[in-house]
Amino acid sequence: MARIELSAVRKSFDGTEILKGVDLRIEDGEFISLVGPSGCGKSTLLRVIAGLEPQSAGEVRIDGVAADAIRPSARNLAMVFQSYALYPHLSAFDNIAVPLRMRRLSAVERLPFVGALLPSRRRKERGIREDVAKVAEQLEIAHLLGRKPAQLSGGQRQRIAVGRAIVRQPVAFLFDEPLSNLDAKLRVHMRAELAQLHRRLNATFVYVTHDQAEAMTMSSRIAVMIGGELVQVGTPTDIYDNPRDIRVAEFVGSRKINILPGRIREDGRIEALGVALRFASAASAGPCRIGVRPERIELGSGPFSGHVVHAENMGSEAFLHLAVNGSDVRVVARIDDPRRLPSIATQVSFGFAMDAVRAFNADGKRIEVEFEHTERVRERAIV
Amino acid sequence: MSDAATIDTAVVAVRSAQRIRRDHRALTAYGLVAPAFTLMLLMLLGPLASVIALSFTDYQLGAPAFSWIGLANYQEMFADRVFWISLRNTLTYVVIVVPGAVTLGLGIALLIESGASLRSLYRTIYFLPVMATLIAMAVVWEFMLHPQFGLVNGLLRGAGLPAFSWLQDRSTALCALCAIGIWQAVGFNMVLFLAGLVSIPKQLYEAAEIDGAASAWARFRLVTWPMLGPVTTFVIVISGIRSFQVFDTVHILTKGGPSKSSEVLIHTMYTEGFEFFRSGYGAALTVVFLVFVLLLTLIKARLADRGVQHA
Repeated sequence: MARIELSAVRKSFDGTEILKGVDLRIEDGEFISLVGPSGCGKSTLLRVIAGLEPQSAGEVRIDGVAADAIRPSARNLAMVFQSYALYPHLSAFDNIAVPLRMRRLSAVERLPFVGALLPSRRRKERGIREDVAKVAEQLEIAHLLGRKPAQLSGGQRQRIAVGRAIVRQPVAFLFDEPLSNLDAKLRVHMRAELAQLHRRLNATFVYVTHDQAEAMTMSSRIAVMIGGELVQVGTPTDIYDNPRDIRVAEFVGSRKINILPGRIREDGRIEALGVALRFASAASAGPCRIGVRPERIELGSGPFSGHVVHAENMGSEAFLHLAVNGSDVRVVARIDDPRRLPSIATQVSFGFAMDAVRAFNADGKRIEVEFEHTERVRERAIV
Repeated sequence: MSDAATIDTAVVAVRSAQRIRRDHRALTAYGLVAPAFTLMLLMLLGPLASVIALSFTDYQLGAPAFSWIGLANYQEMFADRVFWISLRNTLTYVVIVVPGAVTLGLGIALLIESGASLRSLYRTIYFLPVMATLIAMAVVWEFMLHPQFGLVNGLLRGAGLPAFSWLQDRSTALCALCAIGIWQAVGFNMVLFLAGLVSIPKQLYEAAEIDGAASAWARFRLVTWPMLGPVTTFVIVISGIRSFQVFDTVHILTKGGPSKSSEVLIHTMYTEGFEFFRSGYGAALTVVFLVFVLLLTLIKARLADRGVQHA
């Protein structure tokens, strides 16, 4: 099992900088997700860790050893590809056996015809067969071992790819969007299986995905990557509740966070949609943005009002889309009981609690707000 | 009862309607197949049947009449020393040219594919012999292999090695023709292999690398070679058939000589049929040639069945 450390890793392709100095410390046995929109460099970062792509600058250390001069085959990492990358001419059994054969058999023993005659090869093959059978049993794929990849469904191929990864007990597992080719239902199922697999193996998992739901549900920590930089690294709860950047706030959450245009006044008080809130900030005056999650919007009372333009009934919950009066801002609010859904065009007033507010400055960076008198905030800011 | 009778009538009516529709559809199918079938009959099966029929006659080109002589042509052929020399030379040519052209074609394709620059230049250079007229190229080779002034002997002398009369010597004539055959076929095979290489997903190589295939040879064995399986089969069969058909270079450079040392099947066929006008005997030779080509095609069909299934 391994600890992976990245320091100031940069990568450019033809003058375009894909990774802009990434520092990350992945602890032993951790399940960390690299999540971000398409093209943010998360897959490139994974490939740099695997050694498939050499970094332009910076260092990768695996278990304290600089890995830069070590070939991918010698790093003892396993990788599950988005396309699974199974060898189409080999049966599922042989696919899983490849990493074992490559490591345990010598070049002579791997030779066709000649190798098969060697007694040492036969002995090793017996060991390989046992190991593959053990993995197949764990993943419940024993009945598929004789089939070629073309004869397997997407979910079955996925399992074979995972089997190929775990069979040789590598120091860490790298997953490159392994669930994105599966249908929605199977994806949810595989999410639970991968999380269980992690608990059972207790190995380091580095998981790349563009699906924030996968990251939220499986990982012990999430690293949000945007535009080639790590914007925030933290536990799922931390990332969801405490985004340090407006891009993180907008990316995480299956319903996008509501962003209201606001302003920090000269006296430090914050306005949202022109309504002065009872919060203040020590940040300098100017425009800002106020983020409130849909489940934190309180309907029925509050300083804001709007009319219902759309309602989504999900069965167990519902989402109400409100057009705020006097602006073109739309707000989404969650209702726990869909039976109490107001009809379209109903006027609704709404507000939110102070601890629901996440305020961001004009650059999108998080600013702290306080439920206090303006003067005291100012004083503290001066001190 | 009357209900049952009505149902019976209805069933009969429906069945006959179905039968008419089925007959009608069968007729349409035959109609649609007819043009292709006629063309095939005229262009492929007809000539084939006439060649086979001709091989049982003593027909001579331009003769007003002929008679059926049964297997006499074949008897004569199997008793003829020239036929056996010619067959042996053709097989030797195939056995040398096919592995040579396939291995070199694959090797060059791998080199071009692994290099970063000048890919299209190399592709063009190696493909040139395929595009050029072989007759013209044969004349160029004749100059190159000239015993006194040829480039090849010039180079050999320069390196202090003995020179040969390549095309005039019994022991080297067939080898020289084989070399030209390989030179001509390599480019074509290379292009086929290149197409095959391009279609191998890059991720398979990455997976192989991660799985521990550290050396280029290990990755070739694990990914490239099996993934190229169908292309290789095709290339081998096509090279085999084309080598069986060797004629142009033989006719231009050696005329089968010296003393039949480079005589090949199609050249014998040409000499018998168009120089001695023995069409019946020539047809019998053609039938033997066709049997070999058919054999190769059958092997290919058999191998294609167990080709790689791509995921």
